[in-house]
Amino acid sequence: MYTEEIREILAKHARLAVDVKELADNSNLYQAGLTSLTTVNLMLAIEDHFDIEFPDSLLGRNTFGSIEAISEAVEEVLNS
Amino acid sequence: MCISGDIHDAYVEYQEELVEAGLLIPLGVKGVYGRSGTFEHIIDQFENYITRNGAQFQAEVMRFPPIFNRAHYERIDHINNFPDLLGSVHSFTGRDREHMEMLRKFEAKEDWSRDLNATEVMLVPAACYPLYPTATGTLPADGRLVDLETFVFRHEPSDDPARMQIFRQREYVRLGTPEAALQHRDYWLGKSRDMLASVGLDVTPVIANDPFFGRGGRVMKATQLEQNLKYELVVPICSTEKPTAVASCNMHLDHFGVAFDIKTSDGQVAHTACVGFGLERIALALFKTHGFKVESWPAAVREILELS
Repeated sequence: MYTEEIREILAKHARLAVDVKELADNSNLYQAGLTSLTTVNLMLAIEDHFDIEFPDSLLGRNTFGSIEAISEAVEEVLNS
Repeated sequence: MCISGDIHDAYVEYQEELVEAGLLIPLGVKGVYGRSGTFEHIIDQFENYITRNGAQFQAEVMRFPPIFNRAHYERIDHINNFPDLLGSVHSFTGRDREHMEMLRKFEAKEDWSRDLNATEVMLVPAACYPLYPTATGTLPADGRLVDLETFVFRHEPSDDPARMQIFRQREYVRLGTPEAALQHRDYWLGKSRDMLASVGLDVTPVIANDPFFGRGGRVMKATQLEQNLKYELVVPICSTEKPTAVASCNMHLDHFGVAFDIKTSDGQVAHTACVGFGLERIALALFKTHGFKVESWPAAVREILELS
């Protein structure tokens, strides 16, 4: 799991309405203030950090819906 | 954009035919043309057809110029999503000394455009953008329905005559509850398909995405597709494999409601939706389908468009 790294990226790039520390791994990030535009920043920061490129099939709302979901998506791309 | 040679040849061929027939008047820049009286007449008659189809809803008619407030532009994320398409109006704001310097560059054929400064206005990228800033506040109980038309600018020079840099959009825009916005979008999806088919166009509705810019734009495209926010009505003009969108039906969710503080009568953020007809593209599709001699178009089409 990459949840700690993802939390750091979220804190820097996602401009959430709440402190990332207050979020559980399965908290809904859209409810926490993630927007379509900040999802773009988040996606780019994750791709740069892990040196990966998400396939289009993983670019939907579900992928960025929670810290856990992002971590699973990163894992999927790294293992592919 | 990468397009195959065959399609590009078809674009150039149709463009040359249109120019030869005098329907489009080339201005020496890709995607910028004058229009002939015949071309304008078809646009007018199709617009009248739209008006007749929308008349029952008694939309408020508003007409905005093709420029709008830069400060409003800065509130709609267009610079994030479509920086490659934007049009910004610049002018000279200096005094004599700066004027002399600009003229020196102009006469030396150097780049004088950097001596200009941004004005208060941007070119309008979509006919409904100037509307939303005027709708700030609380909507009437039933929301609003607005009829719009203006020229819009998109910087995408192309040999495809259907990809103009500046062209007209006719829109009906709904502002109201999420249900009202969705109902509007879905009504016009069916209605616009029927209208385009009735004038003999081989129209197909497809789920679509806007051309969001860059690597990050992939997320926006995926999100838009996943939520079925945009449908395009596509018609073959220069190619059957790559048909052209001549109209679109769009859900904006609360994007403009949030950006411009538009509320429903019960205090919720308003949702918006629009149908937009690309008038030049519809004319180009009609000329491609029925030929350049309007008097020879099928009687049924002439009757619907009141081409006497």
